[in-house]
Amino acid sequence: MLNRTLNISTSPHITKGIGTDDIMQNVVWALLPVAIFAVYSFGMSALMVLLASVAACVLTEHFLCKFSKKESTISDWSAVITGLLLGLTLPPNFPVWMAFVGGVIAIALGKFIFGGLGYNVFNPALVGRAVLQAAFPVAITTWYPAFLENRFSTVSSSTFTMPFMEPTVDAITGATPLSAFKFDHVITPASDLALGLITGSTGETCALLILLGGIYLIARNMMNWRIPVSILATVYVLSGILHLIDSQAYPPPLFMLFSGGLMLGAVYMATDMVASPITPLGVVIYGFIIGLLVVVIRIWGGLPEGVMYAILLANAISPHIDNLIQPRVYGTAKSVKGS
Amino acid sequence: MGLFNIRKSTFKHGVHPPEHKEETNGLPIRQFSFAPLIILPMAQHIGAPSQIVVREGQEVTRGQLLAKAGGYVSVPLHAPISGTIRKIANVPTISGKMSMGIYLEAFPASSQEVLEGTPVDVETATAEEILKGIQDAGIVGLGGAAFPTHVKLKVPEGKHCEILMINGIECEPYLTTDHRVMLEQAEDIFTGIEYLLKATGAERAIIGIEANKQDAADHLEKMIPEGAPVSVKVVPVKYPQGSEKMLITSVLGREVPSGGLPIEVGVVVVNVATTAEIGRLLPHGRGIQERVVTITGPGVKKKGNYLIPIGTPLRYVLDQVGVDEHVSEVYMGGPMMGVAVSNLDISIVKGTSGIVVFAEKDVKRPDKVYPCIKCGACVDACPISLNPSKLGILAKFEAYDQMAEAYHLMDCFECGSCSYVCPSHIPLVQYFRLSKSIVRKRNTAKQTAEHAK
Repeated sequence: MLNRTLNISTSPHITKGIGTDDIMQNVVWALLPVAIFAVYSFGMSALMVLLASVAACVLTEHFLCKFSKKESTISDWSAVITGLLLGLTLPPNFPVWMAFVGGVIAIALGKFIFGGLGYNVFNPALVGRAVLQAAFPVAITTWYPAFLENRFSTVSSSTFTMPFMEPTVDAITGATPLSAFKFDHVITPASDLALGLITGSTGETCALLILLGGIYLIARNMMNWRIPVSILATVYVLSGILHLIDSQAYPPPLFMLFSGGLMLGAVYMATDMVASPITPLGVVIYGFIIGLLVVVIRIWGGLPEGVMYAILLANAISPHIDNLIQPRVYGTAKSVKGS
Repeated sequence: MGLFNIRKSTFKHGVHPPEHKEETNGLPIRQFSFAPLIILPMAQHIGAPSQIVVREGQEVTRGQLLAKAGGYVSVPLHAPISGTIRKIANVPTISGKMSMGIYLEAFPASSQEVLEGTPVDVETATAEEILKGIQDAGIVGLGGAAFPTHVKLKVPEGKHCEILMINGIECEPYLTTDHRVMLEQAEDIFTGIEYLLKATGAERAIIGIEANKQDAADHLEKMIPEGAPVSVKVVPVKYPQGSEKMLITSVLGREVPSGGLPIEVGVVVVNVATTAEIGRLLPHGRGIQERVVTITGPGVKKKGNYLIPIGTPLRYVLDQVGVDEHVSEVYMGGPMMGVAVSNLDISIVKGTSGIVVFAEKDVKRPDKVYPCIKCGACVDACPISLNPSKLGILAKFEAYDQMAEAYHLMDCFECGSCSYVCPSHIPLVQYFRLSKSIVRKRNTAKQTAEHAK
């Protein structure tokens, strides 16, 4: 019995047992209610967009791995997250072929080109979306109303636009709360925003479900709570100050919090672990920068929404934040400066 | 200030591995049987190996000196059993290196009466005499480090030891050695503290205990001798609180400077089982012959806390307690910092605090290493606030100098918390062990080159 060959390994001999794939899977579970609500409120069109972007991401990752003679990495679930996040930021009536192109770009140019999982500089889903916004500015700002009666039996006329064709402008379109404010100065009640009874991107409408998913991930220690908290706090405080100065020109802070892609961005996009700083203080600075940029772009910029650019810019700054902000090492007087 | 001075009595970060202590913490210490042949390596402590003073064929009595200290940072070795020296030869050790050693065959029917030497009287002995007595008793840190205790106790010129910290933390999962010692050997502990206070010149002693050993804390509190300057401090459970620096921070809120020893903040730390051993051995002038070892883990049949003679072969120990037929891994020490055993012919040494056995089904080693996703779990786990994620990336690029200079690599004490939490299963602490040894080697080479100039 004791002549067996023993395994030897280095300590520690036990692990916490939560793997990177577990974290990714849990993010997917946390996003599912958001996706289901999107399909519930926008119908088949939204489902098509989500399926197209997820399929594009997973297939692109799989074939790029095969192409570069590496083991396929789709089993780590990160491509599914990118696909879901991309789909959730697109309008529900977005042409399926464009969503697919966005997915391919997100993985190929947002992730794979940098070296795959762990090496991406930017949130891949936002890279995909940024390219789509530049390439298809009309389609990506054409909004489809929620809760249409025939939403489960038909799709929007733009959903199945032929590849490489621009969709014809749909007769039924809606205005998002942000564009309604920006261009018509109409303020949607915060309760409608929180519950998702509005028009917007596929998965950005129901702030409550987004927050619930975030709370689940934070409770399971799979998300850095400092990121959404610092972003939302910055936006709330800054827009609150502006609203106090001039309540006619500037929207109320709750409207700012719950409208557009801020919730989805703060909870799921900015928290991309790879593209955000690693130290507690670094993360708060990162969150502040995003919050500041969101307010600046929304209020003084030409676009109604600025979450995407705010996060992409902060992603770019994130490695520099990490270089400058290191934790103070035990027994040393000052924090370490990386070189 | 007072109002804002409320400090949580623990250190920053750390991890909470499953404790598994309830499996053995209720089992009293039991004498283990004497193996027919014991194997005593001369290098079972940090420092110079002991020097053998007996010859092959010689008959020795339990407690007799077998080897004298090989220098100042070294201790002697005494016969753990009465018997005959069968052979003096190289013997295997846990590190994989061979060490000069003694094979000692037990007298089958010996009474195993212990030979006693010159007692050290705590009332009359000077600090120097106590330190000498501790060295003569062959005492090293029994918590696992096996550093000669008399060296550690020597307060350098110009430094003052204010507090003697008795380490009863035992933060490694599975191990209950110190827990049982505190419950069963309180008198020895307080005698030991008396010697230690005198040896260090400390004003008072604090026994630090984690909250999962409240019974031991209560017991010791009750047993404090009238007027003794000793107190018991219970701190929340967290790994690696048993590390000297973490313990000092938890109990006193002081931070030991980077690269410095606890004496820099007026503290000397001694393990509680070491303290008990000093209290038991010095009044009789005896040498250390046995120690308490927790034999545990899912692969062990008769788990328990055993008093085992030093030198008892591991194979004999496991045969006696019975192990799962699919035994896969055996660790000396706990699962967080213990060393995996490759050869069962090594023996229980002075630094062996526990033996943990895992059968095949108990080993849950992740099969896949993912890239670092910069989740920050390691940053939140590192008790000394290093950035293991960054260090791991630098190690891959072999940027050892940058690791040491910009990211405090050499402060890492290899507790393994980073590897424990890493969801990508990156062997971070192993990277750091290697990197540290490379940096040390480079520094030595640099120094040698400078000397040659």
